[in-house]
Amino acid sequence: MRARDYIIRRLFLLIPVLIGISLVTFTLSHMIGDPIAAYLTEGSIEKISPERIQMIIKAHGLDQPIYLQYAYYISDILRGDWGISRADANRPVTESIARYLPATFELTIVAVLLTLAMGIPLGIVSATRKDRLPDHAARIFSLTGVSIPVFWFALMLQFTFFYTLKVLRLPSLPLSGRVDQTLAAATGFHSITGFYVLDSLLQGNMAVFVDAILHLILPSFALAYISVALIARMMRSSMLEVLKQDYITLARSKGLTERVVIYRHALKNALIPTVTIAGLAFGGLLAGAVLTESVFNWPGMGRWSTGAILTDDIAAIMGFTLVIAVVYVLANLIVDVLYAFLDPRIRLG
Amino acid sequence: MANTSIRGGLKESPHMRELRYTVHLLRQSPLVVVGILLTTAVFVVALTAPWIAPYGAEQRIWGERIQPPGPAHWLGTDESGGDVFSRLVWGSRLDLSIALTVVGVACLVGASVGGVAGFLGGRVDEVVMRITDIFLAFPALILAMTIAAALGRNLTNLTIALAIVWWPGYSRIIRGQVLTEREKPYVEAARAVGAPTRRILLRHVLPNSIYPLLVNATLDLGGVILTAAGLSFIGFGAGAGVAEWGRMISDGRNYLFQAPWMATFPGLAILITALSLNLVGDGLRDVLDPRLRR
Repeated sequence: MRARDYIIRRLFLLIPVLIGISLVTFTLSHMIGDPIAAYLTEGSIEKISPERIQMIIKAHGLDQPIYLQYAYYISDILRGDWGISRADANRPVTESIARYLPATFELTIVAVLLTLAMGIPLGIVSATRKDRLPDHAARIFSLTGVSIPVFWFALMLQFTFFYTLKVLRLPSLPLSGRVDQTLAAATGFHSITGFYVLDSLLQGNMAVFVDAILHLILPSFALAYISVALIARMMRSSMLEVLKQDYITLARSKGLTERVVIYRHALKNALIPTVTIAGLAFGGLLAGAVLTESVFNWPGMGRWSTGAILTDDIAAIMGFTLVIAVVYVLANLIVDVLYAFLDPRIRLG
Repeated sequence: MANTSIRGGLKESPHMRELRYTVHLLRQSPLVVVGILLTTAVFVVALTAPWIAPYGAEQRIWGERIQPPGPAHWLGTDESGGDVFSRLVWGSRLDLSIALTVVGVACLVGASVGGVAGFLGGRVDEVVMRITDIFLAFPALILAMTIAAALGRNLTNLTIALAIVWWPGYSRIIRGQVLTEREKPYVEAARAVGAPTRRILLRHVLPNSIYPLLVNATLDLGGVILTAAGLSFIGFGAGAGVAEWGRMISDGRNYLFQAPWMATFPGLAILITALSLNLVGDGLRDVLDPRLRR
């Protein structure tokens, strides 16, 4: 199978999965409460007139048989009418997503980069000193990351790098949020893309740029640590695989130093599968972001969704679940396609 | 011949020989040994909680609120006068039983569904795999969160939600195993002598597919503890005052700077439990992987 055909086939296979995802969110939205609540701008259902309720029921087909309701639901989704998020000041859900998704993406992208920055060296160390002390130490470090409750780790980071440093009168990192609001107001910072680091650079606002980076350090590190094991393990095994190849033996027999063999010859090839798998880490980090955002009061999708669930904000819960599932599926798809490009056995097999 | 008889006991069965070799390999890795010891310790604590814990799970000692760790209360007390050490000990029962229930149910359901799908193949397999695709399209925590929201926020529903989220992984694993195993000569031989499908599946295919399931179950016990604690932390599952580790961290969060021990120790308990299970699972995976073992 050619790479193009493989991609087309994978895209077609995406359709049943997307339909399945929408079926799950549709079913759950009917289990959580009255679906009418998803379209109310007035807050609670008791406050509004029967005429208005009838109007909403008609507009979204809520008096129709269940399969027609599903059809209405899909058409609403496709038209961009995702309902109203009560937990977010009665904003349309699509607007809330546009507000919060960039914050979560900014956090997750930085976390993925940090994961790679920690995981790749760890993997190299493990592979080149296989079954020796550094290998065991690297394994314990990364397994601790898998085993640590991310929300607790986040709290411990706050305790150490905000509170303790402050008590010791040392420069400390910010406790929560994305940027110091007073600083942002004083320097006339305004968001364009929703990515504060990028926005502050575009506006040449260095004070906010530095502040935004400082705010990112603790939450992104907390988040990155949980995925280090995935990258380190992949890097270790692909490095071990590469080191067995003939061209490495050749490089060694030419009398090149071990350093050159590893960093010039082996690293590049071992990196490919590792960087690809970072796509999977991205999906996992999106879930971890829910907990991390809640600790750091990070105004992203995670904090919005937990607020929504605790207030039975149906429209927000469904919108959030749908978006995250789609992003997750797409991330996995990209990983698979990249893999197929790199390893012909997958698409030919 | 007597010396080849398995029942005769003169020669060890291949299964026993395999098991002994596996144990031998496991004992070679110090990390796995540490993992096994710690896991055993956690389970012993959970089983003997009534004898170890000085106070009850929800016992309040008025007048001794927010006490730092000391001789009277080894790990301090919380905001309502609960002894943190006792609550941790009792909490191990709750967290471990949630994890064991979720993984047990997920294994049972997943293995049955996956085993049947893999063995029958065709349309049944296709339908089952598409269903698991849908479940696996959501990050576990997020699907569990939404299902728990739909069912209502309490510990029982949290356990149900987690089991619903976890079974598809097992059905994938078993299906994959069954697909490889069913082509092997021993299955063909069983079929040739007229063994019924159910017997072939249960007596021949399943025992040979059990190792990957075991590795995953061990690793998942840690994963479920982490996810359940995370969900309790953001307000699902355990209600206020319940001695559940995630909930204890959530309660301690409000006193993080004033009484850090309240959140620190439950977190350490989760970390130690999950880490020891991961050490065992990771070691098992290496030892049971035929490519790595010889």
